[in-house]
Amino acid sequence: MIFVTVGSQLPFERLIKAVDLWAGKHKNQPVFAQIGDSDYVPKNMTFCQSISPIEYEKRLKEASLVISHVGTGVILNALELGKPLLLMPRLLNKKEIRNNHQLTSVEYFSTFPSINIAENETVLIHLLTQILSEGNLDNHPVKPTVSDDLISVIQKFVAV
Amino acid sequence: MSPVEAKRKKILFISSSGGHWIEILRLRAAFVDCEAHYISTDKNYDESLSSGHFYSVRDASRWDKTGLVLQALRILYLLIIIRPDVVISTGAAVGFFGLFFAKKMRIKTIWVDSLANVEKMSLSGLKVRPYADLWLTQWQHLATEKGPYFHGAVL
Repeated sequence: MIFVTVGSQLPFERLIKAVDLWAGKHKNQPVFAQIGDSDYVPKNMTFCQSISPIEYEKRLKEASLVISHVGTGVILNALELGKPLLLMPRLLNKKEIRNNHQLTSVEYFSTFPSINIAENETVLIHLLTQILSEGNLDNHPVKPTVSDDLISVIQKFVAV
Repeated sequence: MSPVEAKRKKILFISSSGGHWIEILRLRAAFVDCEAHYISTDKNYDESLSSGHFYSVRDASRWDKTGLVLQALRILYLLIIIRPDVVISTGAAVGFFGLFFAKKMRIKTIWVDSLANVEKMSLSGLKVRPYADLWLTQWQHLATEKGPYFHGAVL
């Protein structure tokens, strides 16, 4: 199952529409999408507007591939579970977000082997087909780590 | 050890929903044996916490002035009720208000700017500077000698 999620704050119709059109041509690939407050209604995949944290976690665990925006929440969660990610940045000039941080963070997050980034819908569809045809969806979970230095700085500060 | 010293510290974790929240949950690693309180903008988060006390506040964008005022007042009210020893946030507006009021109440404050802000500090992260006792970024290239400081990330 492919899991598409746009996060809890804003819809992301460009992403949903692109994946839905793809799903229409690939009926053998089941897709579940959390679409947010979207005007576009998917025709080729099951979907919901919002999702509880518990169901979100369940869907992530079951997913073979996660498609989303360049959000740190989904990135951290998917890395921890070892799920491959296909991400497209929200753009300020399309009013998909309140600033352009997703676009500017692309180069940093794309250094992770399991993170694939598509700058637009055409690349997204291309990468989606490519990832699935390679069938290389196994991934090694990245144990969630917090830097020891960060922990010790905070602990010292709190203890004073 | 005197009874006062032995008392568990009360920590208030405050952040908006989504990535900010996932990041702040990871920062719990720095607070062992503390009494945890949480404030966020998604009331559903309550069910995903196995322990601690959860309080929700309304969400508001920076253009929704009325919403921001109501959000700030609720945060002030919760701070008075909880009386934490430390307030920590990863963003955004709720975190700003949390640290702003906490500083006035002489509560220790920590800001850890979200990983999402790779190119520059977030707007709330810049504005919160005077109220953050510990002012941190999670990207080394954003750190300067006068802050924000870098000591690693939750990634």
